[in-house]
Amino acid sequence: MASQDIIPNLFRTEYGKIVAVLTKSFGLEHMEQAEDIASETFLQAMDTWPYKGIPKNPAAWLYTVAKNKAINQLKRDAVFRNKITEALRVQGGPGDAMELVLTEEHIADSQLQMLFAICHPSLRPEAQISLALRVLCGFGIDEIATALLCRKETINKRLQRARAKLKAGHIQLNVPSIRELKVRLDIVLRTIYLLFSEGYYSESRDTVVRKELCLEAMNLIYLLLQNAQTATHDTCSLMALMCFHSSRLDARQSEEGDMILYRDQDESLWDTSLVEKGFLYLQQASKWEIASKYYLEASIAYWHTIKEDSLEKWESILKLYDLLLTFEKTPAALMNRIFALYKTGQKETALREAQKLNLEGNQYYYLLLGELYAGLNTEKARKSLALALENCCSETERKVIRKQMQVLGL
Amino acid sequence: MYIMKEFILIFRHENANGKVSPEQMQHWMKQQAEWVAGIAAQNKFIGGTGLLFDDARVVDHNKLVTNGPFGGIKETLGGYITVRAESSDEAAEFAKGSPVLQGEGNTVEVRQIISH
Repeated sequence: MASQDIIPNLFRTEYGKIVAVLTKSFGLEHMEQAEDIASETFLQAMDTWPYKGIPKNPAAWLYTVAKNKAINQLKRDAVFRNKITEALRVQGGPGDAMELVLTEEHIADSQLQMLFAICHPSLRPEAQISLALRVLCGFGIDEIATALLCRKETINKRLQRARAKLKAGHIQLNVPSIRELKVRLDIVLRTIYLLFSEGYYSESRDTVVRKELCLEAMNLIYLLLQNAQTATHDTCSLMALMCFHSSRLDARQSEEGDMILYRDQDESLWDTSLVEKGFLYLQQASKWEIASKYYLEASIAYWHTIKEDSLEKWESILKLYDLLLTFEKTPAALMNRIFALYKTGQKETALREAQKLNLEGNQYYYLLLGELYAGLNTEKARKSLALALENCCSETERKVIRKQMQVLGL
Repeated sequence: MYIMKEFILIFRHENANGKVSPEQMQHWMKQQAEWVAGIAAQNKFIGGTGLLFDDARVVDHNKLVTNGPFGGIKETLGGYITVRAESSDEAAEFAKGSPVLQGEGNTVEVRQIISH
């Protein structure tokens, strides 16, 4: 009877696994049936465990129940059964839909294939993210809406459209062929990075929700790392980047939910175990003698895990930004490079380069100008920060800018 | 010495399938388990079960068999537990702690079981 502690998020985690394995058996067009069976499985657990006690191996219990439900559904519903047999025949599968394998290896394979299907190029990134949260991470509609700061109806519609598209596209569940792999993996990584950023940079004040998104993104990368074909230089680099960034999750938000700038963070709150993990992945990534965009970003993030300013730190960061800009000239990278230049003691050069950027209307640009003008031209510094205030779009940012005004004595 | 009576606590609630997330289900499951464990700790829990909504049938007066849902009633039998208690009042006290009651419109019905 004892309500012994059950692993937090067990249902959510197992939901993703059960849906992946069942969808692998049924075919992608029957994903919703797989989701229904997974939900019914948890309802049965709800209706049993409180009275009979939590089973010794809860996951195994869930798999057995899910498997039986799937078999019953196939027995009961001849139309469904025929469709599935057809689907399996087309896929060249084992032809026996009853054969549901629930080994760890098969679960991981199914989840990986599901990840590729969900990140299919025919779907828009926001659809990919919502679908990944729903199907792979086991989030409910409410939870996705809260996490992505969207309305429930929006998420619902988005999911329906995405499912319809996957169905219409007759997309198969598999890991793309070697020829396609690079392009498809790039999309998967980009989507996971977006999911991570949704958590990391979210305006949401709910730290728990933000952490969960970051963690789920890392779990998805972990799926890719477990497979030799997908554990590439980019995958290792992105994992390193996420580890370094997440190490600061606790430090970058105050108890009131306000954002704390890197400079003002209490480094004792940085998670050193994540920093160490990130370093291992970065080392793993460096086995490939290339330096991709993610690798450079991870390396920059690594230097930021050392709080103390030094010439070596900022010169390294500056070099890395120079390399990163050969890949893409995003406003953020351009501005961060100039900030690094300033931190190496070249404030006036930095200011000259900043003036050339012409990023009018960008609040971060004004914030950077404010910092660079401070001490050189108080009037312009004040003006820049006033413009930053004018152009920022949230209360969180407004607070950060006001704090900066105080720090600079403006 | 009191002779303990036996009561059945019947839960009526909506079919939650398809509407709640796995996380929410785990949360409810845990609450229900804790509630039952609390009664069991006083050695007053006899048994119980939830009842699945999927594949339910209703047979009417004309022996007509229909699949659920159950007419216009949204809240239907979702499960029960049986307990030992000295009185209906004590059994009702147990019922008050049921997490089922967090849902608006949900009820727990307390009925004595005839034992002899």
